[in-house]
Amino acid sequence: MGKLVEIRWHGRGGQGAKTASLLLAEVAFNTGKYIQGFPEYGPERMGAPITAYNRISDDPITIHSNIYEPDYVVVVDETLIKSVPVTAGLKENGAVIINTSKSPEEIKKELNYNGKVYTIDARKISEETLGAYFPNTPMLAAVVKITEVVSVEVFLNDIEASFKHKFANKPQVVPKNMEAVKRALEEVKGNE
Amino acid sequence: MAKRVSLSGNEAVAFGMKQINPDVVAAFPITPSTEVPQYFSQFVANGQVDTEFVPVESEHSAMSACLGAAAAGGRVMTATASAGLALMWEMLYVGASMRTPLVLAVTNRALSGPINIHNDHSDTMGARDSGWIQLYSESAQEAYDNLIQAVRIGEHKDVQLPVMVCYDGFITSHAVENLEMLEDADVKNFVGENRIAPYALLGKEPMSMGPLDLPNHYFEHKRLQAEAMKNAKNVILEVAAEYEKLSGRKYSFFEEYKMEDAEAAIVVINSTAGTAKYVVDNLRAQGKKVGLIKIRVFRPFPAEEIAKALKNVKAVAIMDKLDGFSASGGPLFNEVRSAMYGVADGKIVTSYIYGLGGRDVTSVNIEKVYSDLFSAIETGKYEVYNYLGVRE
Repeated sequence: MGKLVEIRWHGRGGQGAKTASLLLAEVAFNTGKYIQGFPEYGPERMGAPITAYNRISDDPITIHSNIYEPDYVVVVDETLIKSVPVTAGLKENGAVIINTSKSPEEIKKELNYNGKVYTIDARKISEETLGAYFPNTPMLAAVVKITEVVSVEVFLNDIEASFKHKFANKPQVVPKNMEAVKRALEEVKGNE
Repeated sequence: MAKRVSLSGNEAVAFGMKQINPDVVAAFPITPSTEVPQYFSQFVANGQVDTEFVPVESEHSAMSACLGAAAAGGRVMTATASAGLALMWEMLYVGASMRTPLVLAVTNRALSGPINIHNDHSDTMGARDSGWIQLYSESAQEAYDNLIQAVRIGEHKDVQLPVMVCYDGFITSHAVENLEMLEDADVKNFVGENRIAPYALLGKEPMSMGPLDLPNHYFEHKRLQAEAMKNAKNVILEVAAEYEKLSGRKYSFFEEYKMEDAEAAIVVINSTAGTAKYVVDNLRAQGKKVGLIKIRVFRPFPAEEIAKALKNVKAVAIMDKLDGFSASGGPLFNEVRSAMYGVADGKIVTSYIYGLGGRDVTSVNIEKVYSDLFSAIETGKYEVYNYLGVRE
């Protein structure tokens, strides 16, 4: 069996963690991979903690359980680290990618995790490029960069095409979203 | 040419319905099935199908409207889950006994109470004796493939029975995964443009359907209904063979996974079979002789075939994702064990109730079942009735 990458997303209802996990699945699917993208459904409401998952592999995936020992954890809302054990089961040779304005060294002190920590200020990027807080797009770009589930070059072409499709009625927002993607690719930083 | 797509189970089913293009869909929404009528009603609104979509006020009405349309000779489909299926109960029996073929997509969800929106099989397993054919699906791909085959199976002249296509709520219905869809024209050719109804309320020789049936005839009608269910066995295999030519995917009554020399086997239904295959692969890599039987067709029940498939194992664990509250194991356990009697005797046969109300079923859970089976083979000591993954 080829390399299986397992990713767990933590966000709050309404922030689009589920959508981001589905977008990541789509990006990987478009490069010929086998994918799974699924949320863990609970009493859904705005602001409540939610979890979503991705499996990405070169081979068919038959396992149908939640992910308990992920290779990567993505935290879309840093306030969750106080109430949710976001790094539970995360592999030591994996990484956590967190949306925060803090540095990787600073935020690491708040996480119970010895592996790599990457930070991305998705709020700042989103507000400066899109004019509003949509953490999805920068988080997705940061996850692609760190996990390397697809190459950055392929991702850039693919995501531009999907923005053009999604925003067919307002093409002026496509460059702004692409700017958010490119800034996220540059600004995500780790404590390596 | 098949199309490689990434879809959720509900999307796959809704797109399959679009390709089938039925005459009538009457539906009432319920989690986690809601997306199916939701997507399908968009296809209707966009003019992408010719279907008459009947929004109704309850599932009892949904099934009643479907039966009326099917009795008139139409090709009919609907979707539901859990309490929705429970509310259809009375009409399920009417549909099967009126011999009205129609296809019902069920996203398996626990029945109340306490109320729970997540997956187990208490809904469709409760309907196992309603006279419907039941096909179960491990993945979105299988839900899609079963849906298309269900049309042909139910409408076959020797069968004329309604068919349930079951797939796991959320686990399959809401997870996006890879699958292959057939071309629209291939589906259209496979199912045929129109249903050929040998008898109906409408047509050149209109017939009454579902009238009062007193002791003088009722039993004979039930006997014919039972015969139709027996006939379905051959038809299911014929349709599967034809579908394999079209799709390259092989279907039968059940799938045997690494059973050739298996000493310890699990019999299981739906998505957990995928997780169990992953465990079988890992244990096989360690040299352990393990296998898996995944039930696709629960009604009609392939008793002889299952018993034959289990002839050479030493121990088998039969897993039910519901508690039948019989105090002696779930329905799959009881039917498989009964099928083995006199054909595959002298085996260790154990029951596992698991995953109720969406309790996640992990590879660790499945490893425990195989480990229990090997321990039973080695020591001869074991519990027949087990609960897996519950706090006690």
